[in-house]
Amino acid sequence: MPEKPISPRVELRRVSKVYENVTVVETLDLTIAAGEFVVLLGPSGSGKTTLLNMIGGFANPSAGQVLIDGEDVTDLPPAKRPTATVFQDYALFPHMSLLNNVAFGLRMRKVPKAERLAKAAEMLRLVGLDGFGDRGIHQLSGGQRQRVALARAMAVEPKVLLLDEPLGALDLALRRQMQEELVRLQRRLGATFVHVTHDQEEAMSIADRIVVVNKGGIEDMGPPDRVYLKPASLFAAKFMGESNVLGGRVVESLGGDVKVETALGAIIVPGNSAAGAAVHIALRPEQLLLAPHPDGVSLGRGRVEELSFQGTHCRCHCRVAGQDLILRAPVSVGLTPGQEVSLYAARTDVVLLQR
Amino acid sequence: MTALYRWAPWVYFAAALLFIFLPVLVLIQFSFQSGLAPVPPFDGPSLKWWAKVLANRKITDGLTNSLLVGLGSAFVATVLGFLAAYSLARKRRRLSGFYQFLLMAPITVSYLIIGMGLQITFNYLGLGKSLWAIGIGHVVINLPLTFAILYSQLGEHQANIERAAYDLGAGDWRVVLEITVPMLWPSLLAAFFIAATLSWDEFVIAFLMSRFDVTLPVVIWSMLRSGLSPELNATGTLVFIISILAVGVVEFLLWRSRKHHA
Amino acid sequence: MKGWNLKNWGHAPALAWTAVFFVAPLIAMLVMSFSARIDGKITLTWTLDNYRSFLTRADGTFVGALWNSIEVTVLTTIISVLVAYPLAYILAYRVPKNWQRFALVLTVLPFWTSYVVRSYSWLLVLSENGIINQFLLWAGILDTPIGMGNSRFATVLGFVHFFAMLLTLTIYANLVQIKDSYRKAANDLGANGWQAFWYITLPLSVPGVAVGAFLTFVLAIGDYITPQILGGAKEMLLPQAVMLQIGRQADFPLASALSMILMLVITAAFMVFAKRLKMERV
Repeated sequence: MPEKPISPRVELRRVSKVYENVTVVETLDLTIAAGEFVVLLGPSGSGKTTLLNMIGGFANPSAGQVLIDGEDVTDLPPAKRPTATVFQDYALFPHMSLLNNVAFGLRMRKVPKAERLAKAAEMLRLVGLDGFGDRGIHQLSGGQRQRVALARAMAVEPKVLLLDEPLGALDLALRRQMQEELVRLQRRLGATFVHVTHDQEEAMSIADRIVVVNKGGIEDMGPPDRVYLKPASLFAAKFMGESNVLGGRVVESLGGDVKVETALGAIIVPGNSAAGAAVHIALRPEQLLLAPHPDGVSLGRGRVEELSFQGTHCRCHCRVAGQDLILRAPVSVGLTPGQEVSLYAARTDVVLLQR
Repeated sequence: MTALYRWAPWVYFAAALLFIFLPVLVLIQFSFQSGLAPVPPFDGPSLKWWAKVLANRKITDGLTNSLLVGLGSAFVATVLGFLAAYSLARKRRRLSGFYQFLLMAPITVSYLIIGMGLQITFNYLGLGKSLWAIGIGHVVINLPLTFAILYSQLGEHQANIERAAYDLGAGDWRVVLEITVPMLWPSLLAAFFIAATLSWDEFVIAFLMSRFDVTLPVVIWSMLRSGLSPELNATGTLVFIISILAVGVVEFLLWRSRKHHA
Repeated sequence: MKGWNLKNWGHAPALAWTAVFFVAPLIAMLVMSFSARIDGKITLTWTLDNYRSFLTRADGTFVGALWNSIEVTVLTTIISVLVAYPLAYILAYRVPKNWQRFALVLTVLPFWTSYVVRSYSWLLVLSENGIINQFLLWAGILDTPIGMGNSRFATVLGFVHFFAMLLTLTIYANLVQIKDSYRKAANDLGANGWQAFWYITLPLSVPGVAVGAFLTFVLAIGDYITPQILGGAKEMLLPQAVMLQIGRQADFPLASALSMILMLVITAAFMVFAKRLKMERV
């Protein structure tokens, strides 16, 4: 676990961004601790890249401050900030060798030639490209370019490394592999990573903390398991993977639990809310059960409409009281279309969403 | 320092525009001269030299000839350039590199040399000088350009679209006519326009390959030999106006097709 | 019908055209350069006299013309690049995106007008009662007008006027292709504006400069019009010497030999630029 520093590595204070009368980022706060791997997750146009650009200096906030290690960098250009970016298209300089690419930042810092080349070679070794220094960019595969971009950004020993959808151009297998490597590298260097992506699986597999961004605001923020299992908002619930969401109305507050009237009947779920409030409840497909749970709720009977075999499980559409619910049934249950089933869930799995 | 940094580009831009437009603007102004002097002081405005130009058969004939040769040779150069680009981009051959080199070679040779070579060859074969001969020379100089422009637009992306059409059952000719040509339309237009302009503009080949039927640059040249005159200014302005109209039309067509494809 | 596929024969007409109307004439000219005029008739004698007369003409006219041509062309190419580069840079990076196309078309508008007209219109500007002299007299900088036409200065000026526009086009086309993220990455790694330009933008724009400079070199060194109209009688460039042989004396063998020498110079220039001139498909 990352240790708690005295002042946060990055601090966005009441920042916002308005561009041509459109609010790209609403006023918000965000702090990132040293050594933390933070992922900004959101759909395209959500403002996550703008947030990253504010830290890197490529976008100025319309209001608010950006602090790095307690120092106000709001008005500093990218060149003067202790940040380095891995760009979406890598932006490797096509007219330079790998070694010169990686050494570029040190050259700008007037590090003597021998020293900077040694450091660049060291960085290339770190990302597994030992001995590739003389090659040109065009001789590299996508994954190799990604590593060079990483080495180039890390060579200047930034206080914060910013990654702008760096894995977007890679195929799935390579992506998984690079995700693991990113995490390993980050642990090894103890560096602070801020990573932008729209892929929630990627976010979950690499992040210490996920920040779910939507429409310029922060929807949810926390460790991956918490954000996945107990999302704070309807958007976060839907964006973090498949979810069964039901609209409802609170009929009674029971002190720590509430009773919600839904299309499936009244369900008692953990949470606090005033009677009469419009809410949603959410359940992940794997949390829908075919057998009663000791501390469970019954969701009524339904009919299996569609089935698809997924290897580890069967994905199944069930029609329950006019609602379409998705569940993941073990293959061993052997569901068939048209079959009648009873659905249950653990009471603590049900999530109450107030917004 | 910041003010300098901020304004220097615009000062430079303005100075460059002045440099680029100065002779043209002077030319236009002094085509409306009233007296005989083609240079200051300005004593116009008057349209008398324009009337003279439009009544001058030599100039109007030259204009027609130039348009004929320009449009004709540009058409041939574009068609030949397209066929060659398509064939060389879509099929690999052992000699592809050599063919490309051969097609591009005329661009590295001066018009004067091409013109002289053609003149010698035509003399030897006993072929006379004519507008046809000029057109042939203009196709030679424009073919590398049309080929290069169109070849650059026939990459993998376009090949995939063509494959999709084949896959849906279209034959060779249908694919070319209904997929490739419409897809390349803006580039074909640009290639045709550039070829037409260069032909419209070309002097040396036209000069060497013509005797009785001459193009406008040759007419202007022979007028120039008897000295500057406001009539010459009016002729030059006329040429300028026609060129600008052509640029305007092509820019409009390109803009429209970009809007459609965007 | 399979054999009549465009992919199989599409290149044939263009190649045939180039072979018949370009390669064959060049060979004819090469042969011609080894011929002699005997009693006004041209006969192939495999003589080297034409080349010899290039080198040994007592008055040095031809070697001088070649040297003049090279000087004027190199000067033109260098000045044109220096004028055009900032212009293309401003168009690509300072003019707002929505206005770029318009600004570019405007900047090179005179490029599309007649070459002959463009050349002689400089006479209106440069001559003794031309615009510049009028201005200098009016401003009190000059007492008596000076003729600026009919000189090497005028030739180079006329050339630069045309080729700066051509180079602006090729350099601009190159600059707008350089991805923004290269400069962003350089800034991010600590480069200031000048460093990003010097280490990233400038080297990446070399191909555009090379293409434009090569075209400038080829077109300028072979051009007859501009030096003939603006250069005056004081010095002669090689194309003028060639035209003189054809026009006044109908000495095709000598003209051919001079043209071959001109081609040799262009080929040498091509070798210099060749590395930078690559044809790529999108």
